[in-house]
Amino acid sequence: MSEHNQLLADLGLDVQLHDKLLASQAKSYRDIILSQPDRPGAMAYFDRAAHGAHGGRVREIVDAREQGAKMIGTFCVYVPEEIILAAGAIPVALCGGTTFSVPYAEKAFPRDICPLVKSTLGLALADICPYGPIKDMAVGETTCDAKKKVWDVISQSVNFHVLELPQKKTERGGDLWLHEVHEFKERVEELTGARIEPGVLAQKVRLMNRKRRLLRDLNELRMAPRPPISGKDALLVMQLALIDEPERFCNELEALVAELRQRVEDGVSPFAPGTRRVLVAGCPSVLGNWKIHHIIETSGAAVVCDESCTGTRYFENLVDEGAQAVDEQLEAIAERYLRIDCSCFTPNTERIEHVVELAGECRADAVVQYILQYCHTYNIEAIRIARALRSAGIPSLEIETDYSEEDAGQLRTRVEALLESLQGVSP
Amino acid sequence: MSAATTAIGIDLGSRMTKVVRLSDGDLTDAHVFDTGHDPLSRLLEVMEGMEAGALLATGYGRYLARNHLPCATVTEIRACARAARRLCPDCDSVIDIGGQDTKAIELPERGWFGRFEMNDRCAAGTGRFLEVMAEALGYGLEDLGPQALRADRPVQINSMCTVFAESEVISLIARGEDRRRIALGLHAATARRVAAMASRIDTGRRALFVGGVAKNPCMVANLREELPCELIVPERPELAVAIGAALIALDEAHGGAEATGDPGRGNRAEAAPRSD
Repeated sequence: MSEHNQLLADLGLDVQLHDKLLASQAKSYRDIILSQPDRPGAMAYFDRAAHGAHGGRVREIVDAREQGAKMIGTFCVYVPEEIILAAGAIPVALCGGTTFSVPYAEKAFPRDICPLVKSTLGLALADICPYGPIKDMAVGETTCDAKKKVWDVISQSVNFHVLELPQKKTERGGDLWLHEVHEFKERVEELTGARIEPGVLAQKVRLMNRKRRLLRDLNELRMAPRPPISGKDALLVMQLALIDEPERFCNELEALVAELRQRVEDGVSPFAPGTRRVLVAGCPSVLGNWKIHHIIETSGAAVVCDESCTGTRYFENLVDEGAQAVDEQLEAIAERYLRIDCSCFTPNTERIEHVVELAGECRADAVVQYILQYCHTYNIEAIRIARALRSAGIPSLEIETDYSEEDAGQLRTRVEALLESLQGVSP
Repeated sequence: MSAATTAIGIDLGSRMTKVVRLSDGDLTDAHVFDTGHDPLSRLLEVMEGMEAGALLATGYGRYLARNHLPCATVTEIRACARAARRLCPDCDSVIDIGGQDTKAIELPERGWFGRFEMNDRCAAGTGRFLEVMAEALGYGLEDLGPQALRADRPVQINSMCTVFAESEVISLIARGEDRRRIALGLHAATARRVAAMASRIDTGRRALFVGGVAKNPCMVANLREELPCELIVPERPELAVAIGAALIALDEAHGGAEATGDPGRGNRAEAAPRSD
């Protein structure tokens, strides 16, 4: 047994099954990511990091825990990572992006749950998530119904904290959220035994803002007339932002951004001039899931922006760095996170306007609304967004799908047809 | 100008494969066969007996055709829209119910086609649904529509899932329900489902109805009742998508659709191809 597998075995993982998972992931990674032409050189780090998500990163966290650090698992971009980092703990997103683990969840949970939740649960239930045994706490949130009820089940066996998000962005909703952020800070302090100091918190706020700015830079560069990076690679970077060690991630991302800037200047792009541009809006595509981006980019178009939790929702808006005392800092943090426009809010008019605005900003020829099956909030919101896009003269297509490949042929037909429908209309 | 005037369109559908030849705008040859388990051998066999011409493949199995024949591919949505422009120049939309796919496509003034809706992977509201129900009722597929039209009233069908609806039909039969009424109920339910999908696009004043299911008179009647617009059925509606593929092959041979005036309505005066 390899040294790494020994580590996984010591953690109580089903090593044989985990090997099968890795083999399936390695194949899709080769076919979907590595096979792309003209990738930026700086993507080499992110390829290693993707590989390390079940390897080096796990080792790193195991080592850090031996030094006393705590690992906190997250499932949503509403979890304020600054607070976790300021207590010396390590945040890692635990969302599953693979269809491999879905059947294990379906054994114990209803099938009519979104694939992201099922994939996540399946990884845990089949003992193939290496972060499962090393997390000291997991943080859920009250976004969708599936997650809320899943928390009830898994909190029976896992040290769990639920952040209560308001359903409306009213003043009262804001007060509730601020209260939740305070409570979360206390909970993290209790777990780590650390007291969050304003100096350290300010430093982590700056770190997270740096990450957000760099991701925003990446996003702006993607919007260039000739995108210097594929949508799949940009998505991969986004996915890793939720898992990787933030300092190192920022340094590597800085190098990528510099390279992309040069590529824009030199006119280097993986896409031919005149390639159709697509904005993908809606649900997240977490690590392991490149389904819709792959279909779009192998149908002759480029994904030039992601309006999702693995896209703009993660990096837009900064936390105000001017606050001095912890209370003020927490207020600034709460304020930033509550601006995220998840479809779980009612009403959520700002998101509708924002998608139309983004489509214009990235000069999208069309918008693909990506909806994970059974994600009712994004699915229903898609109706209003499609209408708003139509009024703005932007063609769009709504795709509701899970992680499996069984509908790939039909989805390809729809995406190809969307691109065909753009022809005969001057670009 | 010596560009091709003959073109062959291949529509490799999920249930049936359709191959047509257009010569000087007329439909001069048409083959329809079960896609089955080995559509390629049959397709190559049919192709051997046909005169050469510009070639284009569409449908679910278009890549299979492309891998073995010198042809480009388009989606069945574009081919369907292209056919509709020709078959019904003043239609504002087209509804296609095939073996496993149902689609509704806008035909706006500008562009090849506009917004479209398609069923997801489920067979509800497709030809396959009616095929399974015909079997459960002991009718041949051709008889299902005519028999349903002879019913005095429909039986309410609640399930649109092919598997659930089949059990529903079986239990209705066991209760002694008239099977023609059941058949009528199935058509009504399917038409409601298709109309609901079509309501998500702008069907305009006039829609064209194509695909194998458009041959079913009961579906036509029910869909007419459900839709807010006029519904036109061309001759041989099952060939429409293949005809669209052949028309696109001709467009391309003549320097692209813009040259032959496909996108706009300016070209809508074209005569419909003669049906043999």
